[in-house]
Amino acid sequence: MTDAVLWATVLVASLLCFALKLAGHLVPQKWLESERVTRTTSLVTVALLVSLVVVQTVGDGQSLTVDARVPALAVAALALALRAPFVLVVVLAAATAAGLRALGWG
Amino acid sequence: MNVLSPDPATRAAVRQGLSVSLATGLYGISFGALSVAAGVGLLPTMALSLLMFSGGSQFALVGVVGAAGGPVAAVATASLLGLRNALYGAVVSPLLNARGWRRLAAAQLTIDESTAVAAAQPDPASSRVGFWVTGVGVYVLWNAFVLLGALAGDALGDPRAWGLDAAAAAAFLALVWPRLAPRRAQVVAALAVVASAALIPVVPAGIPVLAAATVAVLVGQLSPAVAADEETGDTADQKEAAR
Repeated sequence: MTDAVLWATVLVASLLCFALKLAGHLVPQKWLESERVTRTTSLVTVALLVSLVVVQTVGDGQSLTVDARVPALAVAALALALRAPFVLVVVLAAATAAGLRALGWG
Repeated sequence: MNVLSPDPATRAAVRQGLSVSLATGLYGISFGALSVAAGVGLLPTMALSLLMFSGGSQFALVGVVGAAGGPVAAVATASLLGLRNALYGAVVSPLLNARGWRRLAAAQLTIDESTAVAAAQPDPASSRVGFWVTGVGVYVLWNAFVLLGALAGDALGDPRAWGLDAAAAAAFLALVWPRLAPRRAQVVAALAVVASAALIPVVPAGIPVLAAATVAVLVGQLSPAVAADEETGDTADQKEAAR
């Protein structure tokens, strides 16, 4: 990719991403008021976040892989079950993955 | 904004927003390092980070460029991943009630983290505070750490060695955790796990997340109305989580 094409790619993609964000904000409020729609948006949030967890934990480009992220996520889940604060959950997960990798696994 | 108010719900929203900002911002180091390693120079990397400002889309675009993909594939993949921000915009817009330039700013700050923190708060006032604190916090820290990662690059080594990829997964898990109390949410979560894992090997990045969202739309549209006690349980649990 030449510099000009790279810049065009960056700018066009950024513009489209902003347009998508704004489009969501411009959806008429009336469309969002029914019980069915609020319930659906709440479920969509759950699905998106869960999917991001899966992609971020076992995704490796376009393949599935089990590495140090899996035990790290298990530690995070345990910490959440024990009502640990957000920062601690994140730090424990990072430390688990980093520790396992330092030992030569994952 | 009522950031200095002694209201406990608002203070919880600020605390959550700041910790999410820090965890997410730190992950910017890995994006900066990765982007420069993929052959996207320092300036395009910073432009991408400041203008696109959506982690998933940024990683996707840089991934396509690094894999010698074409510009159309790069733009399409980034936009496809950015499609979920439109859903997020529709979720947070009624909570924020922003107009004019504030609405434009809110749109640019609409990402996974700001939406999740806003939606997890027990009342509209703390939702607003949660959104803006998280959005602005992530914007500032993410871009600062992207710059650091792009400049330091190799000196910091592989971000995976620091477990930053696992940290991101844990952050998303922590954000969804308090929303998993209702039975219907658990069903959707299970379907999202199956759909995502099944699709990762067969479709381009970004599609698994959208497929999971589509499943949620179907469940939301087709299932009967929620029982009153289930709604109450949901709210109580979110209040608990907002401590």
